[in-house]
Amino acid sequence: MSAGLIVFLILAVIAIAAAAAMLLSSNTVYSALFLIMNFIAIAVIYLTLGAPFVALAQITVYAGAIMVLFLFVIMMLGAEKFSEKEPLTWQRPVAILLGLGLIGEGVYALLTRVGTQMLSNTATEAMADPKALGVLLYTKYSLPFEITSILLLVAAVGAVVLTRGGKKEEKQ
Amino acid sequence: MIPIVYYLALAVIIFSLGILGVLLRKNAIVIFMSLELMFNAANLVFITFANYFKLLDGQVLVIFVMTTAAAEVAVGLALMVMIFRVKGSIDVDQMNHLKG
Repeated sequence: MSAGLIVFLILAVIAIAAAAAMLLSSNTVYSALFLIMNFIAIAVIYLTLGAPFVALAQITVYAGAIMVLFLFVIMMLGAEKFSEKEPLTWQRPVAILLGLGLIGEGVYALLTRVGTQMLSNTATEAMADPKALGVLLYTKYSLPFEITSILLLVAAVGAVVLTRGGKKEEKQ
Repeated sequence: MIPIVYYLALAVIIFSLGILGVLLRKNAIVIFMSLELMFNAANLVFITFANYFKLLDGQVLVIFVMTTAAAEVAVGLALMVMIFRVKGSIDVDQMNHLKG
């Protein structure tokens, strides 16, 4: 068992345990913190796969910015805890069945379709270079880049307009 | 050397846990977090194949996915705040009226 495999298995266990704990914890703040743990474990997997820029972007954008937004809204709404009463009693077992079925399907597809290709964990110098990533982003992917910037603008304006309140509240 | 299947299996498990979260939980914020989990699983597959084929395009796509997820979260959480103002709850079972 190579060192790389041991590192991967530890990270995978952390990621899966954090994801499962996120689902099971009744307190929403704990869920958010478990999700951050999952993001960081995945970010370290990105590092071992030779993508340091994406790994750090994952930590700053996901674990930093997005999860702070989540925690902010959780605190603002005071929605840490509320009863998860189930009006449809049959829904929960069916959901668990469907989820496990999806895992089984995915594992079956992997076992039958994917061969025994190996990943070399030693990333090449060019792969891990943020400069090459930036050049690709601004040349080959410049149009998607521009479209994404418009998307972000629309999202920012949309968030402001939605939370500003309607005309009724303004008059009062 | 690690078989590529391990990474894909991890992605499948995380994605399925995200689906389970969407199906099982009633708290709309936790449902949003499960969506983030699914984005994350997709990103893991992108990075895995970027490494396998030695192409940077996968990493660029992950950056686009992250940006889209950020935009989605901003609008989604704004909607949550609006729904909470109108209904006083973010339980998805309460969201059963077309006119608030």
